[in-house]
Amino acid sequence: MTQARIRPSSVDELIEIIADAAAGGGKLEIVGGCSKADIGAPREAALLDMSAFAGIVDYDPAELVLTVGAATPLSEIQALVAQSGQMLAFDPFDHGPLFGKPAGAATLGGVIGAGVSGSARLSRGAARDHLLGFQGVSGRGEAFVGGAKVVKNVTGYDLPKIMTGSWGRMVALTEVTVKVLPRGRESLTLVLDGLDPIRAQAAMARAMGSQADVAAAAHLPGPPTLTALRLDGFGPSIAARRAMLDLTLAEAGALRALSGGEADALWNSLRTLDPLADSRPLWRINTAPSQANAVIAALEMLDARWLMDWAGGLIWLTLDGNAAAIRAAAAAAGGHATLVRAPEALRATVPALHPQSPGVMALESRVRRAFDPAGVFETGRFLDAPDAD
Amino acid sequence: MSLKMPPPDQAVLARRGEIAAALRAIVPGDGGVIDDAKALRVYESDGLTAYRQPPMLVTLPQTTDQVSRVLKWCHANNVKIVPRGSGTSLSGGALPLEDAVLLGMARFNKVLHIDYEDRLAVVQPGVTNLGVTKAVEGAGFYYAPDPSSQIACSIGGNVAENSGGVHCLKYGLTTNNVLGIEMVLMDGEIVRLGGGRALDPAGLDLLGLVVGSEGLLGVVTEVTVRILPKPETARAVLIGFPTVESAGQCVAEVIASGIIPAGMEMMDRPAIHAAEAFVRAGYPLDVEALLIVELDGPSAECDHLIGEVEAIANQNGAMSCRVSTTEAERLAFWAGRKAAFPAVGRISPDYYCMDGTIPRRRLPEVLRRMEELSQTHGLRVANVFHAGDGNLHPLILYDANQPGQLDRAEAFGSDILKLCVEVGGVLTGEHGVGVEKRDLMPVMFTETDLAHQQRVKCAFDPQLLLNPGKVFPTLHRCAELGRMHIHNGKVPFPDLPRF
Repeated sequence: MTQARIRPSSVDELIEIIADAAAGGGKLEIVGGCSKADIGAPREAALLDMSAFAGIVDYDPAELVLTVGAATPLSEIQALVAQSGQMLAFDPFDHGPLFGKPAGAATLGGVIGAGVSGSARLSRGAARDHLLGFQGVSGRGEAFVGGAKVVKNVTGYDLPKIMTGSWGRMVALTEVTVKVLPRGRESLTLVLDGLDPIRAQAAMARAMGSQADVAAAAHLPGPPTLTALRLDGFGPSIAARRAMLDLTLAEAGALRALSGGEADALWNSLRTLDPLADSRPLWRINTAPSQANAVIAALEMLDARWLMDWAGGLIWLTLDGNAAAIRAAAAAAGGHATLVRAPEALRATVPALHPQSPGVMALESRVRRAFDPAGVFETGRFLDAPDAD
Repeated sequence: MSLKMPPPDQAVLARRGEIAAALRAIVPGDGGVIDDAKALRVYESDGLTAYRQPPMLVTLPQTTDQVSRVLKWCHANNVKIVPRGSGTSLSGGALPLEDAVLLGMARFNKVLHIDYEDRLAVVQPGVTNLGVTKAVEGAGFYYAPDPSSQIACSIGGNVAENSGGVHCLKYGLTTNNVLGIEMVLMDGEIVRLGGGRALDPAGLDLLGLVVGSEGLLGVVTEVTVRILPKPETARAVLIGFPTVESAGQCVAEVIASGIIPAGMEMMDRPAIHAAEAFVRAGYPLDVEALLIVELDGPSAECDHLIGEVEAIANQNGAMSCRVSTTEAERLAFWAGRKAAFPAVGRISPDYYCMDGTIPRRRLPEVLRRMEELSQTHGLRVANVFHAGDGNLHPLILYDANQPGQLDRAEAFGSDILKLCVEVGGVLTGEHGVGVEKRDLMPVMFTETDLAHQQRVKCAFDPQLLLNPGKVFPTLHRCAELGRMHIHNGKVPFPDLPRF
């Protein structure tokens, strides 16, 4: 069915809408660009369209701080900061193309809500490490702020951390302040050819344990089979660090430099996941890098296709059915698996997020209730058991 | 002293002997429970020595199970708990309460596991910050956050306070370097938060919420930290400026040019003179502001960036510029900065260290107004400043033996922090709110903002037994906070479908 859509044009209207839903048992799904709408179970809640809360509020490159309306498109922000030689260092990306939608709709608020971080998360931290502050309206229908607009702050609880990856289940964010960082003036991607996953993971671990300050490390089983390491920074430094890697990885083979175009295509393929392009369900598995091969070995037997990012700490994988086997393999490796893309029927029964221990689930639920006591933002998207309280 | 702590519960005080016996049954043996008045005095304050209060009892458990049983018993018996690491908090985070049990974590002092392949270490919370680096440096690794107290402060305390250090602009605070924790909730339940050995958690980032929660949400019993390969080289540049403005402009231009130094510290004239008199670091005495800029990485990178920093400094009218050529010289540059607090302690009987953060662009205005406040309150101030991230440490000089001076120092400090908030900054950049800045929280947050934070506390500790009287200026019962506003019956958007 088509979900009703409500578009508040001011914070006051947003407060009214949420308070009204809280009082009347209504359900609201917070949406920005809808690029991630196909994650999670099908649901019928009214859409709370945040698109009015967009625009650049403050940007001073020397302060390393950017404040924007939460619904500002990610692409607009990335273009803006690039003009000053800066970047969102957690390397967020647009999920639209993963779902066959056009790029460009993803918003920063959505990126924060889903905790989206790209390949450089390995070295530069995740979305949660770069959200400094926010304004929003909680499920209680009250406007409030968390965090601040400076890069260093420990005043009160670090509420920005729990906004990141909260999937809009506690607060409708209206404004966010993020840390921005200088973009490396140069970049060099080096590849090792033809390594099996065990040797690839070992090579990436050695590179990450060296002084070469590797910004991103990924392995594509191919064909062609590539293990890629990216160095970002100043020219003389990149040359020195390349020499370090040549020595460190001598046993694994000869490092080959990609052209700029080849490198861009490679790292872009880790966002679009073109190498996995098939119609089967798409999973995202977080684990310790040293455990990646155990997960892959268990799931390759079931005909999984996969690729590794974050030096092995992140596995993207496609595989038919068998959600239980995937979650078991991830859990056995001390990790967890998120169901990203799947047909409705599967999403209706398999929760998108990996189930946690009962104690942590209960604590999480109490924390969510603290912001949204009436469950206004609990749309059934994550197939939680009804709250005990 | 103006600050009030929650009134002690007389019924609990009357049961002191019974409580000691119950805790002794859980934590047996020598030093498991301390109830001797003289021995308790050791714990009467932390790094914020202006506030003192011996605890009712001290217990020093050794296992997670003991922590769990202590908390469970206290929860069932309505007894408050104040957790403590090494007691180096500068904001009174570990200040005891007259009617609370002080739970010391000092005996949790083991490094449990080191994994160089996944670049992490699992440690008990009583391990010192420097102890983590010591455990891994043989293999060429280190733990990045480096608060000045790192020789003494514990990792558990670092988690509670989200501690920083001079290198946090580039390497982050504690929160950016912790992967997971084991924690005991006030009701005794043991939970593991964070991704553990994976980078991201499976659900809500509760680890991120607990880091910096100042001991109000749970007692941390194990910490998994990220370790990093030690950079090949570190070199420092010591730059003197004729004005604070030109030093501030240099900092802004270094960052705008794309350089994130490993550390970037500023000192004003009084701090420079105090430090030089104390350690003879070779600081120039004819300048108004001194910058220490540290670059790290491959030596080729350091050489290259030092050239860029020198050029920017010269464009901004630097009066002197020295580059360290040896490790000893680099450490000498830092020696004065690192000794700035005791150095100021030599020129004044007492000093009071503040910790606000401001947007850097407001620095000249803030220093000018701080000078005016110094006149108003009749007390001198010296400034050291984590220049890269805008974190100010004004040191207010006073003499506690002169009647009224402590009160004036506290009033001066309050005015400085209000000024930080007024220009768009915050009350505390790295020392925490504790008791010290508790009553200033309404300067930065509305009642609604604070209520949203306090409801988080209720999700973890609904009876408010864990470290009460810290961080929040008013103790609201959780039931009271949970009430929803009755909306005024006005229905917005009457044409829309009603859900």
